[in-house]
Amino acid sequence: MHDGNVRRGVGASMLRLEDDRLLRGKARFVADIKMPGMLEVAFVRSPVAHARVRGVGKPAGHEDKVIVSADLKGVSGIRADSGLTGFKSSIEPILAFDKVRFVGEPLAACLAQTRAEAEDIAELVGLDLDTLPAISEMTKACDTDAPLIHESWSENVFLETLVDTNFAAADKADVRISRTLRTARQSMAPIEGRGVVAYWDAHVEQLVVYSSTQMPHIVRNGLAECLGIPQGMIRVIPPDVGGGFGYKGVLLREEVCLAYLAMQLRRPMRWVEDRREQLTGNANCREHHYEITGYANRDGTLVGIDCDAIVDSGAYSLYPFSACLEAAQVASILPGPYKLEAYRCRTRSIASNKPPILPFRGVARTGVCFAIEIMMDALAREIGMDPVAFRLKNLVQPTEMPFTNITNKYFDSGDYPEALGRAAAAVDMQSLQARRQLSTPNKKIGIGFAIYCEQGAHGTSVYHGWGIPMVPGFEQANARFTPDGGLELRVGVQSHGQGLETTLAQVACEILGIDARKVKLVHGDTALTPYSTGTWGSRCMVMAGGAVAAACDTLAGRMKSIAAHLLQTDPSEIILADDKASSGSREISIAEIAKVWYRRPQDLPANMDPAGLEVTQGYKPKKDTGTFSYGAHAAVVEVDTKTGAVEILDYIIVEDGGVLINPMVVDGQIYGGAAQGIGTALYEEMPYDVDGQPLASTPADYRIPGSVEVPRIRLDHMETPSPLTRFGQKGLGEGGAIAPPAAIANAVNDALAEYAVEMLELPITPTRIRESLSRARASS
Amino acid sequence: MKPAPFAYQAVPSAKDARAYLASPDAKAIAGGQSLGPMLNLRLARPALLVDIARTRDLRGVLEDGDVVTYGAAVTHADIEDGRVPDATPGWLRNAARHIAYRAVRNRGTIGGSLAHADPAADWVNIMTALGAMVLISGPHGDRSISMEQFILGPYATALAAGELISGVRVLRRSAKAQWGYAKFCRKEGDFAQASAAVLIDPERGEQRIVLGAIERAPACIPDPEAFLSGRLSADDVVAQILPERDEASRALHAAMLEQAHAMAFGGAVK
Ligand SMILES: Cc1cc2nc3c(=O)[nH]c(=O)nc-3n(C[C@H](O)[C@H](O)[C@H](O)COP(=O)(O)OP(=O)(O)OC[C@H]3O[C@@H](n4cnc5c(N)ncnc54)[C@H](O)[C@@H]3O)c2cc1C
Repeated sequence: MHDGNVRRGVGASMLRLEDDRLLRGKARFVADIKMPGMLEVAFVRSPVAHARVRGVGKPAGHEDKVIVSADLKGVSGIRADSGLTGFKSSIEPILAFDKVRFVGEPLAACLAQTRAEAEDIAELVGLDLDTLPAISEMTKACDTDAPLIHESWSENVFLETLVDTNFAAADKADVRISRTLRTARQSMAPIEGRGVVAYWDAHVEQLVVYSSTQMPHIVRNGLAECLGIPQGMIRVIPPDVGGGFGYKGVLLREEVCLAYLAMQLRRPMRWVEDRREQLTGNANCREHHYEITGYANRDGTLVGIDCDAIVDSGAYSLYPFSACLEAAQVASILPGPYKLEAYRCRTRSIASNKPPILPFRGVARTGVCFAIEIMMDALAREIGMDPVAFRLKNLVQPTEMPFTNITNKYFDSGDYPEALGRAAAAVDMQSLQARRQLSTPNKKIGIGFAIYCEQGAHGTSVYHGWGIPMVPGFEQANARFTPDGGLELRVGVQSHGQGLETTLAQVACEILGIDARKVKLVHGDTALTPYSTGTWGSRCMVMAGGAVAAACDTLAGRMKSIAAHLLQTDPSEIILADDKASSGSREISIAEIAKVWYRRPQDLPANMDPAGLEVTQGYKPKKDTGTFSYGAHAAVVEVDTKTGAVEILDYIIVEDGGVLINPMVVDGQIYGGAAQGIGTALYEEMPYDVDGQPLASTPADYRIPGSVEVPRIRLDHMETPSPLTRFGQKGLGEGGAIAPPAAIANAVNDALAEYAVEMLELPITPTRIRESLSRARASS
Repeated sequence: MKPAPFAYQAVPSAKDARAYLASPDAKAIAGGQSLGPMLNLRLARPALLVDIARTRDLRGVLEDGDVVTYGAAVTHADIEDGRVPDATPGWLRNAARHIAYRAVRNRGTIGGSLAHADPAADWVNIMTALGAMVLISGPHGDRSISMEQFILGPYATALAAGELISGVRVLRRSAKAQWGYAKFCRKEGDFAQASAAVLIDPERGEQRIVLGAIERAPACIPDPEAFLSGRLSADDVVAQILPERDEASRALHAAMLEQAHAMAFGGAVK
């Protein structure tokens, strides 16, 4: 659609409408909400990883300000079971009472006028804990002398799965090589941590919970279940949310606790997570361990993969995604876009004395991409083939689309070899050669590649099998014209950095011809928006975008009927564009149509359709197995063999997200994701000691790459439309974060090939590189 | 992460600061860039904070012939921006520019950095390598001691109860002197994981080589000449100072020493 010369519909790179508010510091986050009589809450958290709780002592004089488990009358713990056979269930108590199972687990809530005073009281709470041996290393969780984290269980495993597809065929392969691979436990670190304000609204008899969440409707489900009250008595409102990445895709104990206290005490309550709580108590993602074997023939055919993967799922199963999603997903996505005939994968979701795991941007894909792509390079080296050529030979071909891979993933579209070819061609070999010649002998240059697919917006058919508390189904959106010709959109997903206030407006603009700047997005608030599972799994642009389009289609028809009457023509003659309805040379503004409908109904005929300029419509893609966006990454690094430092000299991403609704927003998503992927590759790690104590308690120890550490990324787009979605768009919010560890590790290993050193553990730190080099020297 | 309760007093002069610091459990706060986190983590729990950041006589710089005395409350940014004279041919300005981030440099002070005595801190190692003197003022009068006497270990100094750093005295260095300072940080703005400084001042007949960020007081290597003449390699020097470390750890310190050395001799290493 055109507005003057500026396109604002689908495909327009328009600036984000929400940025003015966000960049000028005018947004409102949980920590900006203040209410008369509000109390601040500080939690007393377990200082040890595993202990029996003998007592939680309320300090004298503060008894009424300290809340322990026994005070939460009638409140149930949080339970998130999977329906998969063999899943062992855990219950997360709102406040721990019999045992604590990780450092940071809440034991008591302290209430005061200010957070500092609440922390003063928290210091006085007496903890009587009988410390137990802890599991801090998942590979030891199944040792015979390992302590049981949940005593009714037989072993520390939430779930074990096994997939075997024609694995016997691997036997005939010419070569096989095995590796042990490891990714670190990370702490997702959105700029804004979590936070909750809860109050009882006596006038409407409703509990109102402001929460920094990605899935407000799911939080309401969970709150109602834990508190035992009807959902109509609860309203969840996400204010501005400063980043999620999966960290806020969860029902929090703190949410339940504050909601209960606000109801009981009839006073507003606020808890704002601080960085220490976030780092030490909630380092909750990404920790994988792989024993993996790749099988190939000397002609360059990938024959098979055999993998035993374990994921440290932490102490409890979190609501709604459960403790097993990550590990079980490893089995289904490991082969990715490669064709192979033999496959076996065993996975185990291990319970440990660490914070419970949550899916982080990319979920298991980041670890899986690292695993398979390390193996692709290692196999290529083994058979003496160029790593790009080896990949090209085994990738799914465009002529084979749609393609069902060995784990029954349905690839909707795409040209993977083209993406990889473009990434390889973009590497400037000449200037690398020149740099190689100039640099000192201790600087080694390497090139690494990785390719991945990202299944987004996967729906019912994919999720119901997990049997977890949440299954995505049909997505609704509400669209209504205001009497002055503006448009309000209401969606149950939640925008917290994705730019939905802009991109969904662009969808409306595309269909209704309305100026995107006149569109107001109302999102998240459970009282105002249709039910939705929320913002996760790269689903918003496909699902909410599809629903907004469906609602706007219906609205467009109704607009045209009114316009046709006013212009005395047939509705089929009407074109909606540039903020007006026109038929030949006659035209009428959208504002005028809205005004007539709402405020001068006398101008309309008696037989006018009364349905009006407000619509709620639902959407589900033609097939709900998900869209497959994908990308190829190429990294060029220089490794200093003296210090172990890795410098990224060049980074190339070729991405296919189908039809891009707003290419500028897409670029932003990819850059941001890639920055996080670089964090996974080179920086981010939460180490634990043997007792389960987290060792990186401030951002000085838990390193997140900053602007200096993230290189200028070169981005190239392909646009293969998805045949399944409304505009051909594909979910792509996570992709940037998936491939960097694989591409960078392969580049580092290429650089260090002459030392026969392979870095197989993330993050690849200077210390790990120096240690590997030192070991290699010692053994040679 | 809120501090335990404390009283707060901003003071206009070093004399007032001394008076307040005489009370037990009083602590000076300058930029608050190291003390702030300690307070928030409740690791430091002073009863009284004596704020010296705006103390006139601690913010000045005195130039007296061959020596330049920096007031303790001079900030890293004052040095970085050239608001105060540099006793060296630009070495201090350049070093200041790479301490932490600008926001930290705006507040963090040279006196606070020395008093905090983080073994990885830049001024701790640079001032040791430059042979600076620390000026101390306390209930029993004033004294000045060398950096080697001042830094006793990680986060440990020769400051006695009630004493204050009033300044640091640095000898002028001319362009004839050679200087190299290298540090290895995981990220821009991080504390160093290894650092080294090399000073060769033919006019004063001084040679000093310091290894820093070694989890103890900076190490002045005993025989700089042996390294400068090439008799000992960087690896040898580091092995002497850090015999308990493994090869991978020593390699990093050796690399910094080589870098500092190359910089002192005009090499463009970085
Ligand atoms: C994110 C971050 C990164 C950093 N990175 C670096 C880095 O790369 N390199 C580096 O060198 N530093 C770094 N720092 C530390 C920074 O330089 C601090 O400014 C410095 O260490 C302390 O100075 P201050 O004035 O803030 O002292 P404060 O925090 O105010 O005080 C520190 C201590 O010194 C005492 N003190 C302060 N002034 C005096 C005085 N005049 N006499 C006696 N005692 C005194 C205080 O009582 C306290 O114990 C970093 C800090 C942060 C927050």
